Amino acid sequence: MTRQAISNPLHADEGADNGAPPPQINAPRHRRQLRIPPDVAQRIVVGGLWAIAMSAVAVLLFIIVFIMVKGLPHVTPEFLLQAPAKGGRLGGVSPMIFGTIAVAGLAVLIAGPIGVITAIYLTEYTRESKLTAFIRFGADCLAGIPSIIFGLFGFVFFADTLGLGISIISGALTLALMVLPTIIRTSEEAIRAVPAAFRDVSFGLGSTRWQMVTRVVLRSALPGIGTGIVLSIGRSISETAALMLTSGMVARHPSSVFDSARTLALHFFTLSREGISMPKAYATAAVLVLAILMINLLAYWFMRRFIARVR
Amino acid sequence: MTAQHKIHSKDLNLWYGDFHALKDVSIAVRDRMITAIIGPSGCGKSTLLRCFNRMNDLNAAVRVQGGLFLDGQDCYGARLPLTQLRKRVGMVFQRPNPFPLSIFDNVAYGPRVHGVTGKDRLAEIVEQSLASTALWDVLKDRLWEPALDLSAEQQQRLCISRLVAVEPEVLLMDEPCSALDPIATEHIEELMRTLAEKYTIIIVTHNMQQAARISKETGFMLLGELVEFGQTEQVFTNPRDKRTEDYVTGRYG
Ligand SMILES: Nc1ncnc2c1ncn2[C@@H]1O[C@H](COP(=O)(O)OP(=O)(O)OP(=O)(O)O)[C@@H](O)[C@H]1O
Ligand SMILES: [Mg+2]
Repeated sequence: MTRQAISNPLHADEGADNGAPPPQINAPRHRRQLRIPPDVAQRIVVGGLWAIAMSAVAVLLFIIVFIMVKGLPHVTPEFLLQAPAKGGRLGGVSPMIFGTIAVAGLAVLIAGPIGVITAIYLTEYTRESKLTAFIRFGADCLAGIPSIIFGLFGFVFFADTLGLGISIISGALTLALMVLPTIIRTSEEAIRAVPAAFRDVSFGLGSTRWQMVTRVVLRSALPGIGTGIVLSIGRSISETAALMLTSGMVARHPSSVFDSARTLALHFFTLSREGISMPKAYATAAVLVLAILMINLLAYWFMRRFIARVR
Repeated sequence: MTAQHKIHSKDLNLWYGDFHALKDVSIAVRDRMITAIIGPSGCGKSTLLRCFNRMNDLNAAVRVQGGLFLDGQDCYGARLPLTQLRKRVGMVFQRPNPFPLSIFDNVAYGPRVHGVTGKDRLAEIVEQSLASTALWDVLKDRLWEPALDLSAEQQQRLCISRLVAVEPEVLLMDEPCSALDPIATEHIEELMRTLAEKYTIIIVTHNMQQAARISKETGFMLLGELVEFGQTEQVFTNPRDKRTEDYVTGRYG
């Protein structure tokens, strides 16, 4: 390329002013129209990005406000503390609150340690190999399977084959399988992000690998691992399809993990689909949304505090 | 080897995969003084330093051949477990790299790893270790603040304190001042001189004036070979090897 050709685009105006044809064959003809001053372009981009980001927030806000307006007036202390009556037309959701906490809590208690330990193994205790690639591939595949399939599997395997029945534990195990990939992958990312220098220092001071992992790596990776756990809690709380066939729909207070329990999300599903009571359905949804918001805020606050303390 | 030799290597060879990074390096480092290793970038200084506490073992592609001895004891032998070797031969890195923990927890990290648990004992170790790097008076009221809030020089001192806390015998320092300004560098050099009364120090540096200022003995490396090793003054003023002369007079490259 000649010097002339390189500098030519800068002089496009001159070319256009004296009517001379552009010297290159493939030069755009209406270059003048395409020229936007960089500062204007900058403003357009910033405005565009802002608008797109805002529309995402607006959708979120709209959904929240919509549910709150429809549901909150019906969320009374009795609603939170009473059991439902007449199939949910009357009464409240206290067994469902309990059931949700039991199923989702148990699921994360099971999947959390397994997921974090798997991530530690993948990052610190093994070299990249066919096996690690396979585990990762498996986790990614698991993440893409629709939850109704997990439900079916849980029904066949946990409820039936293992004889756990339609119960909290069957539902929790099914959910655990479902959120495991998220926990593994987020933990893995968080662990990989810990600077290699910390590992060198720890080894250099004569620590074992396990000491290095527990005292340095996990500590630094905790906010990231926490994010994965919070995502998993949210997903567990809002799951319906995987639980219909595993933890079931019984709207009573369960007395053990081998009892069936209906979660808030499933309760909402039943109330609205069977047209039992829309006010109660919206009230249930409001409780669900508030719970998820609260968990996220709490987690956010904890992590901020944690980071502030160690940073 | 005589009794004063703290660490010595015999025909040490190291490969990163196929790349021959150390070639027949035989060096004998004397106790309780500063030994400098100089040489152009990529000649294997850091690699050699990382051999002394077997940090290269962490890299699966590394193969080592030859002998390495601490107080005459084989560093690769069963009688000197890896964690013990690293406790006795510690390392200060180029960039100050405190853990994202409090000042106290940084210094207490090593002792805790080696099983010290008593609160009083830990506090005592932390005080002594910080005092040995002249940080105690400045930081004694800030022990629970994040270590990352300190200045670069203080962070590097803290890293030295963290090392001193495990009572090592040898301090390996890989360009410990290259991330610091000239004044901080001077302070760290001063500190090294004091520490050399108790510890064997091996420092890798790009700064020839620094090597000349603080070390008793100097080794010059080129392309994985230890070309020359001797009294610092002799290496700088009267080098035996032509390549050393070219390097120290700035004619290299
Ligand atoms: N992890 C590694 N894998 C492969 N080759 C490496 C690795 N680390 C270092 N090397 C190579 O080994 C040689 C010596 O590296 P080393 O880091 O010891 O040099 P150095 O003298 O410390 O250089 P510098 O002054 O730049 O720090 C270099 O050619 C480098 O490219
Ligand atoms: Mg180096």
